[in-house]
Amino acid sequence: MTSPTDAPLLSIEGLSVYYQQFRALHGIDIAVGPGEIVSIIGANGAGKSSLLKAIVAQVDRIEGRIRFAGEDIASRPTPAIVASGIALVPEGRRLFPSLTVEENLEIGRQIGRKGGGVGFAEIFDLFPVLRDKRRQPAGQLSGGQQQMVALGRALLTDPRLLLCDEISLGLAPTVVNDLYTLLLSINRRGIGVLLVEQDIRRSLAIASRFYCLLEGRISLAGRPGDFDRDTITRHYFGS
Amino acid sequence: MIATYANLIIQGILLGGLYAIFALGLSLSVGVMRFVNIAHGDFIVLVSFLLLTVATALHINVLLALLLVIPLTFAGGYLLQRVLLQRVIGQSVLLPLLVTFGLSIIVQNGLLEGFGADTHTLSAGSLDTSSLHIGSFYVGVLPVATFVLAVALVLGFDWLLYRSRIGANIRAVADDVAAADLIGLSSVRIYAIAMGIVGVTVAIAACFMGLRMNFDATSGPSRLLVAFEVVVLGGLGSLRGTLLGGIILGIAQTLGGQIDGAWQVLAGHLVFLVIFLLRPQGLLPRY
Ligand SMILES: Nc1ncnc2c1ncn2[C@@H]1O[C@H](COP(=O)(O)OP(=O)(O)OP(=O)(O)O)[C@@H](O)[C@H]1O
Ligand SMILES: [Mg+2]
Repeated sequence: MTSPTDAPLLSIEGLSVYYQQFRALHGIDIAVGPGEIVSIIGANGAGKSSLLKAIVAQVDRIEGRIRFAGEDIASRPTPAIVASGIALVPEGRRLFPSLTVEENLEIGRQIGRKGGGVGFAEIFDLFPVLRDKRRQPAGQLSGGQQQMVALGRALLTDPRLLLCDEISLGLAPTVVNDLYTLLLSINRRGIGVLLVEQDIRRSLAIASRFYCLLEGRISLAGRPGDFDRDTITRHYFGS
Repeated sequence: MIATYANLIIQGILLGGLYAIFALGLSLSVGVMRFVNIAHGDFIVLVSFLLLTVATALHINVLLALLLVIPLTFAGGYLLQRVLLQRVIGQSVLLPLLVTFGLSIIVQNGLLEGFGADTHTLSAGSLDTSSLHIGSFYVGVLPVATFVLAVALVLGFDWLLYRSRIGANIRAVADDVAAADLIGLSSVRIYAIAMGIVGVTVAIAACFMGLRMNFDATSGPSRLLVAFEVVVLGGLGSLRGTLLGGIILGIAQTLGGQIDGAWQVLAGHLVFLVIFLLRPQGLLPRY
């Protein structure tokens, strides 16, 4: 197992997540280096979304430490965390359906880092279809287009770390390919990516490291090339 | 004969402007924040008393007092939402109803305790009685000014809600509260600002109601009823609909009043019922 770069962008130690009495994560350690793509894989209910939501302070209660760019963010409210440079692309996209594409994107800019370098023009260059649809309610877009808006909204916060929760879910394979190509180009600008997916093959193909979650614990971690398919599948399903 | 009716309809339209102002705040909280504030009428009456007190104590015109009171009602709405209403919205539909019902009783009894049961009006000096002579009609300056203000407010709030950034935030939270919180748009803050904006409309309604009508400590519920009918007539979430609803109710009441004093209020309710049965979604629904 390799350790991340000396000063990780995000470092999580002993993280537990609770929903009332239920414990969804059991003291896990995770790190993401600057500009690194790290993949989190795991079956339904493994705790992948809970991990991402814990990072942005959207779960009931946590234990453990979450440090981002050297600062302890575990006790901060969500808006402060987002404004410091962490953006979540939530599971199921979670756009505001009655707002136009442009209004959805504008909210991203508003909640993000101040004086950020990302503008609408860049988003429309990344996703040219959105330029024509910018005055349409986001709820009228196709699933793939909505996912682009969700990604655009997150990018407009000018993040240093992007948290992506199952962005390929329910999308046609060609659309997913496009999104992944985009993720790589986003990453090349130096933005760290923590990528949650159920689709092992695709997410491991672009990640430099991965963690496999099983029932709230890390069952396997390392570089994708370090393990064969069987080993990963076994730790994924826990058999 | 025709002139009489034309005159009545003009009076009705102008009265409708006042009703639309009553309903504006309720329209915002029902249509956008999705909760019914049973104390809306009582808040209007409460602020009417506040305006009366401020204008009397400082010896200033009530319109000037209104300018002083508007920041207070914004802060009042903001704090009310943040401290109290925020705890009860979203959990069940019943809880905000019960809490605002309780607030309604508290406000009424507080006003009875503080100001007694006497009826009051507000006065804006010569504006109260001056009138305009247009063609063959005489219309009061105050009703005309109220109507113009109502139109301006509807357009202004429509702009605020559908063109400004804070409006987009409010609609985002109305669309999906949890999604807003998840991405870092604090719904608590947005709701509080929205309720502060409702507070501003309450102050304006309180001033122009007090100038046009008598009020006492227990007038709130009848004001709420008017506001509620206007909002439902117009269609939830539509501010232009609220203006239209106000006008229809105003015309129905003035025409009804022509038949008989008792018919004034009854005609309003009947027209409301008929339109509600034919178009339950309201005249210009947004949702
Ligand atoms: N708000 C909640 N209240 C109670 N339990 C929850 C809540 N959210 C998640 N859980 C539980 O926590 C566990 C982990 O859920 P989580 O959503 O993190 O899984 P996941 O790995 O993202 O699954 P999926 O792949 O289906 O999205 C599950 O057992 C789930 O039932
Ligand atoms: Mg999930």
